[in-house]
Parts: sequence; structure tokens; C-alpha cells
Amino acid sequence: MPAINTASLPDIIFMLLFFFMSVTSLKEVTYKVRITPPEATELVKLEKKSLVRYIYVGTPTEEYRKAFGSETRIQLDDAFADVAQLEDYVVRERSAMSEDEQNLMTISIKADKDTKMGIIADIKQALRRAYALKISYAAVQRTSY
Amino acid sequence: MAKRKIPEINASSMADISFLLLIFFLVSTSMSVDKGLSRRLPPPLQPNQKVEDMDINKRNIFVVKINSMNQLLVQGKELDIKQLRAKTKEFIDNKANDPELPVKVAEEIEGLGLVEYTKDHVISVQNDVDTQYQAYLEVQNELVAAYNELRDEYARNRFGVSYAELDEDMQKAIQKVYPQKISEAEPKNYGGGK
Repeated sequence: MPAINTASLPDIIFMLLFFFMSVTSLKEVTYKVRITPPEATELVKLEKKSLVRYIYVGTPTEEYRKAFGSETRIQLDDAFADVAQLEDYVVRERSAMSEDEQNLMTISIKADKDTKMGIIADIKQALRRAYALKISYAAVQRTSY
Repeated sequence: MAKRKIPEINASSMADISFLLLIFFLVSTSMSVDKGLSRRLPPPLQPNQKVEDMDINKRNIFVVKINSMNQLLVQGKELDIKQLRAKTKEFIDNKANDPELPVKVAEEIEGLGLVEYTKDHVISVQNDVDTQYQAYLEVQNELVAAYNELRDEYARNRFGVSYAELDEDMQKAIQKVYPQKISEAEPKNYGGGK
């Protein structure tokens, strides 16, 4: 029996590889908080990932329960943070951007749907103080009422 | 001289290498597209700036309150979230020139001519510290949806095409007719909860 010619196999796999490389994006961070996004309908796609910074809000996942409790926490990049650190974080991130992009920075708040508004309001106040006024509440498309 | 045959590079491992790369990318990337509800925050109050008691005509304000049980109080009446969009549209548009609804001002808008619109209306959203984020976002969503629908209806009536199909200048002009004015008060503790 003649062997099947597999010479084109690498090409096929490379094609697949390129397809996946172009449609996906690198994971931003590993979630340390559990987030079930809220649902909404009037969603806008976030353009230009490089201009977006994320704030994660939710209860710590199982493995961090012991150390951080089960109260709602904020995660910035890869670490838990305090509302007080938020202003510094935004200013630092913004100064790292090029000058003409600085006022285009968008903050995406990824919060769990069961979060209390108290903490969100604190975040919003901190963002106002840091002059990061363009925000986006991350949500998923609602399919039904 | 006899031609030496160049040995071919053995490419049989190529498939394995590319498979490996493929799997690496599959694992380390995520497919999700980020979507969200875009909002703009007001600039912070300057320390020496006094909170002005803006003299807003009462009929120009639309108050939406959300309590800690995620119930809505719209203009002093309880309302279901499903009715909020229609109610908001009625308020912003004030089709019948109702004296209870916001004042209509006739103004020249570039590209549209003389338009009568509720220039000074304000939507005020107040929530409790214990309000659930989902409930808050739903209210914001309905308010934004009301604006979007009004803009779209206007574009359809005026130009026969949807708002999204218009060019940027026209969209700007329609945004002037229906300016998004959603103001958010500092969160307060309205009954219930500690």
C-alpha cells in the first residue's frame, strides 16, 4: 500500500495557525476574581486594544478565598488592589502611553453582575479624580428579555 | 565532474512543529471580543468649586432612582424596567409639547435647519450603595437605548435611512437634536440596607 503523501500537511496546519493567530488575541490576565458579566443590548465594541485598560471587580476565586476573603475585590493587571491604588494605576498607565494617545485611553470596568454599586461608585470617583473619563462597562449581549 | 546531489532537508517533522505552535496559540489566546456600554464621566469637581444649585426648570428633569432592592422610582412613581425605555423616549421627545414635559426650544442646526427640540432636558440617575450592578447597568442601557432609538427614528423620518448609515456630519447633527444628558448623582443610602 503506498503511503499517503503528507507533504502538504505542514501547510494546512500553518494555515490553521495563522487563522487562529489573527482571530484571537492574547489573554490579558488570569482572572483572580470571578466575573459573570451583566447583560445589556446597546453595546459598543472596544476599538484599539492598546488604548484600553481593564479594572476587574468581583469576588475572589476559590484558590484566593483563604487569603482574601469572599468580599468583592478589585483586580488590576495581575494583582488584587485597593480603590486607593486605582488613581495611581491610571496615571501610571496613561503616562506610559504616547502623548497623542493619552486622552483616548478607555477604562473598561469588568465587574460581576452581583457587585454592589458602592464599590463601583468608589471606582468611578477615583477615575474622575484621575481624569480617566472615557469608560466602558463590560457586558455581554442580551439575547432575550 | 559528477554533479553532487544536494540532500533534501527532511521536512517530515514540520507538521509536528506547526501543530505544536497551533496548540500553543489555541491555549494562550482567547476568542472573546470586548464589548461594553460606553459612558463618559463628568470631570472632577475642583476643590474650590462650589456645587452650584443649577436652576433647572422642574419639568426639564427626569429622575430615575434605583433602591437597594433594585426597584425603580421614575418621576416619583414605581416603574418596571421594561417600561423605562418608552417613558424616557416620551420625556426626551415631548411630541405633544406637554407642559409637564421638558421645554422645547427651536434652534438652527447645521444640516438640519430649524429644529424644535428639548434642549435643556436632563436625566438624573440616582442609585443606592447596595444597588446591584446588573440593575444599574440595565437602567443605563435602557436610557442609552432610548436615545439611540430616537436618533434612529429621526434619521428614518428625515432621510429615510437608519442612523448608522448616515455620514459622520449628519450623525453629529442628529446628536445635537438628541444630546445625551445623563447625570449621575453621588450614591446615597435610600432606606433598606445599612
